[in-house]
Amino acid sequence: MTATIERGTATAPVPSTTAAPPAPKPRKRPSGFLGSSTGKKVVMAVTGAIMVGFLVLHMLGNLKIFFGKDSFNEYAHALRTLAEPLLPYRTVLTVLEVILVASVVLHMWAAVSLARRARRARPVKYVAKKSQAGGYVAHIMRWGGVTIALFVVWHLLDLTFGVVNPKGYDSAPADRMIAGFQPGRWWVTLFYLVAVVMVGLHLRHGVWSALQTLGWARGGRRRMLQVLAGALAAVLVLGFLAPPLAITMGFKG
Amino acid sequence: MNLTLKVWRQKGPEDPGRMVTYQVKDVSPDMSFLEMLDVLNERLILEGEDPIAFDHDCREGICGMCGMVINGVPHGEQKATTTCQLHMRHFEDGATITIEPWRAAPFPVIKDLVVDRSAFDRIIQAGGFISVPAGSAPDAHSIPVRKEDADAAFDAATCIGCGACVAACPNGSASLFVAAKITHLSLLPQGQPERLSRAKAMVEQMDAEGFGGCTNTGECTAVCPKGIPLDTIARMNADYLKANAK
Ligand code: SF4
Ligand code: FES
Repeated sequence: MTATIERGTATAPVPSTTAAPPAPKPRKRPSGFLGSSTGKKVVMAVTGAIMVGFLVLHMLGNLKIFFGKDSFNEYAHALRTLAEPLLPYRTVLTVLEVILVASVVLHMWAAVSLARRARRARPVKYVAKKSQAGGYVAHIMRWGGVTIALFVVWHLLDLTFGVVNPKGYDSAPADRMIAGFQPGRWWVTLFYLVAVVMVGLHLRHGVWSALQTLGWARGGRRRMLQVLAGALAAVLVLGFLAPPLAITMGFKG
Repeated sequence: MNLTLKVWRQKGPEDPGRMVTYQVKDVSPDMSFLEMLDVLNERLILEGEDPIAFDHDCREGICGMCGMVINGVPHGEQKATTTCQLHMRHFEDGATITIEPWRAAPFPVIKDLVVDRSAFDRIIQAGGFISVPAGSAPDAHSIPVRKEDADAAFDAATCIGCGACVAACPNGSASLFVAAKITHLSLLPQGQPERLSRAKAMVEQMDAEGFGGCTNTGECTAVCPKGIPLDTIARMNADYLKANAK
């Protein structure tokens, strides 16, 4: 037997005597996975992981300068002749560069789009607002990202294209590196230092945040992942700072 | 205790609103924050002024109706405490206290400190339930549930839907609330059949309401009166990704 239960007044619509509450505005539906906020976070996580992979290799490459100029120049050359003669000169490197540039562009696109969504979500600001979570790095991700992007532009002009480097484009990579960080150009080293520390802070939050976005940072693993993110960031910062500091302080060159 | 309050006053949804300063005298440290506002409101009524509108119901920390941003922190700085359970002994005599409503586009202010949280209801309607043939209650032990899962599901289920997480989030994201609801059901056997479609529908509704995206700042869990952990957000993301991979 099925019993039919009449819905009582508790769930029946109550006729309103006063003005009806503001009707929900029809909102634009986000389109598909990449249009969703979580989808964009996944884009940030995956492209971020690609860039972290690049940074690790880049750092290891930089450290070759400590084995002498030749070691560094040979490494730079080897990158361009990877898989030769199977593939023409610079094929592998160019493919990697394209993936890297695409990652940078997608990472920035997702970041800008999420930042705009966040701004729309809070049109009226608080008069007083006090952060309750300790991680201040989480709050400087956007400006940190902008700083890093500006630095990358300078960095490419300096050491890749040699435009702002005393040695110019037609020089060996090691010469550009050593000339670029001479004591007389201490301000370049300083700029480099600030940017690298920014990268470190960005990764301290970014790395575990990416794993959280992908749904992996659960339970006891979260603390461990946060510690690992901090350790990875620290190793990268030290690895990237060692060569320029050594050159500026005169241990090299 | 004597206090200076700076309170957000807004006559209605269209009024731009402003902060108004009030002096409150002879507040007992044993009063709750809402009782202190009651005292002020009684005086305002006697003086022929409009009392300050704020939401409240149970006043024992279980219904999720109350909520205001006190000195820049949703529900005040006392951890794991709703506004109604916050007591005046946590404030200093002579202190100045700012009181603002939840600030988020999907939570429009109705009046003073009262915001419309129907967006949360629509998210629940999108999938925060299980479809079961209703009948007599099944025996409690007919479906076994691991103790750890039962505990975690229960912890998630303690979310009272107050919206403090949204108010605290620098992105105005509702992720903690939605994740609590999704986790609560996805950990239990009864929640499995609709697990992925639920995650997809609720996350999409959250976006459609205009909440911001999560950047894992952890501000939400720090102010949540029920201490809902960030773990729930990882679970929600995992389910949402699985649902989209299909
Ligand atoms: S997650 Fe916490 S802060 Fe958010 S609505 Fe639920 S109880 Fe309130
Ligand atoms: S009034 Fe019910 S939780 Fe505060």
